[in-house]
Amino acid sequence: MLQYVIKRLLSTVPVLIGISLLLFFMLRMLPGDPAQVLAGQMATQEDIERIRHQLGLDRPVYVQYVLFLGRLAKFDLGRSARTQNPVIQEVWARLPNTMLLAGVAITLACLFGIPAGIISAVRPYTWLDYLVTSTALFGISMPVFWLGLMLVVIFSVMLQWLPAGGMGSWKHVILPSVTLAAFVVAFIARMTRSTMMETLSQDYTTTARSKGLQESVVIIKHALKNALIPIITVVGLQFGMLLGGAVLTETVFAWPGLGRLIVDSILARDYPVIQGAILIFGLLYILVNLIVDLIYAWVDPRIRYD
Amino acid sequence: MTETTQATDTRTQGRSADRRMGRFWSKLKRNKAAMLGGLLLLLYIVTALLAPVLYPGNPSAPNLMKSLEPPSLKEPLGTDELGRSILGRIIYGSRVSLLIALGAVSVGLLLGVPLGLVSGYYGGKSDFMIQRVTDTMLAFPGFLLALALVAVLGVGLKNAMISVGIGMIPLYIRLVRGCVLSVREEVYVEAAKAVGTRDRVILFRHILPNVMVPITVQTSLMMGMAILFAAGLGFLGIGVQPPTPEWGTMLGSGRAYIFNAPHVATFPGIAIFLAVLSFNLLGDGLRDALDPRFKL
Repeated sequence: MLQYVIKRLLSTVPVLIGISLLLFFMLRMLPGDPAQVLAGQMATQEDIERIRHQLGLDRPVYVQYVLFLGRLAKFDLGRSARTQNPVIQEVWARLPNTMLLAGVAITLACLFGIPAGIISAVRPYTWLDYLVTSTALFGISMPVFWLGLMLVVIFSVMLQWLPAGGMGSWKHVILPSVTLAAFVVAFIARMTRSTMMETLSQDYTTTARSKGLQESVVIIKHALKNALIPIITVVGLQFGMLLGGAVLTETVFAWPGLGRLIVDSILARDYPVIQGAILIFGLLYILVNLIVDLIYAWVDPRIRYD
Repeated sequence: MTETTQATDTRTQGRSADRRMGRFWSKLKRNKAAMLGGLLLLLYIVTALLAPVLYPGNPSAPNLMKSLEPPSLKEPLGTDELGRSILGRIIYGSRVSLLIALGAVSVGLLLGVPLGLVSGYYGGKSDFMIQRVTDTMLAFPGFLLALALVAVLGVGLKNAMISVGIGMIPLYIRLVRGCVLSVREEVYVEAAKAVGTRDRVILFRHILPNVMVPITVQTSLMMGMAILFAAGLGFLGIGVQPPTPEWGTMLGSGRAYIFNAPHVATFPGIAIFLAVLSFNLLGDGLRDALDPRFKL
């Protein structure tokens, strides 16, 4: 297992290098002087010169990249052009809020998506199956920001049950996390349905049934256990979609997370913060995929020996 | 003798292709959901093409006297904060959304498919390099990648199209590469190599037609995704800029009036939802009709 973990960790190195290159060239692709961009529009010529020297922008590109990597390793991404606070401080302060939203959303999505997919697969081509599959298709096609607004209209404006936005009590978490979960639940339900239908038609399931096992045992212990790998994959992949969706959901509900920070920074052309937030999103995604791969190896020991 | 055999082979191949096409159509026609998707899409295309006929006025011309009017017989979907007809703007918005979707998917197809073909066919160093770049791009969820690119390229229709399209490249590369890996071992590819056919000809005339099924299905689904992403950018104010009627931008500006005039944000959202649904229904139907192995 340790060998597998090391192998898997090493495989993230090229991706990390790729992310660093992407972030490094991001500022250089902008029209104009990167030092001016980083200093912000209100900066004096002195500030710009100081930043140019600090970042080594007056040195060859490969030296600049090495210096950039050195700063990246220390999570030093400079200061926000808007607030002048260190970027990492800005990003770090918002990260727990996004993780809370994403965590609740993915839990909700699994709690609803997996059982819905199982029910659909166990009763294929019945009204229940059609209900699940068409709801899932609707979920995939629905713009997350529109759903959020409609939930606000219903639950905040008409019924006045829940707050329309902001962050405070547990009530504030409900609407944004349900909005975020809606898209993911649809994918999880679809994937669970298709893999469960496949495992339910396998010989080992027929054998389990012919042994006289209870249907619930056949479904959970024999079919679902074998369908878990693709389901875990889709949950892992959907975590990425969730991070993308968080940008929109946080905007709808004025949730002070990382997604909202990115949008505000893009609108204010605060590039150091955009870089920092994108870096954290990329690292989070890699980390989640790493965890998913480790769960595979734990669920299916064959993978470790591949 | 050889010529006669070749002619017979060509006729047989033609008949078999006709039969396959016939089977595909009858399967697709039996799929009610796919037909519904196709009809919806047709409706959108007709609306986009006939926009000036369906709504003769200027959809961007403000009329503050009619600001935030609720739906009525005269204005079936009401008016927005500047008194512009929401129906008119949705009709013209179909042009913008379909254009972005087509443009973005074209970027993805034109760059992703050749790179996927090269990666899968040649393997080795080129495969390694292409796959590492793909891994890096996939480390960012599609919408975030589009956001990052917009941050660099700037706002506007063209940049939204390019940003969303670039996010689709790695998805096409992965899909095509996977398909090529299985097709390149086929006997007809071996045969083409044995008679000295050039690699470019093998790639585009022998391999590409055989990976078209998943590409077609993926493209239909990606069109829906492109509309969603572009609308998302518009909603955040970093996509297509006002006064161009774009559904996401309309929804974004309608957000401010959600408490007193919810219709401003509701109808553009329904338009986005139905457009994406049409592509998803059609994509699912195409997948089932073209090759059930790809069924999810």
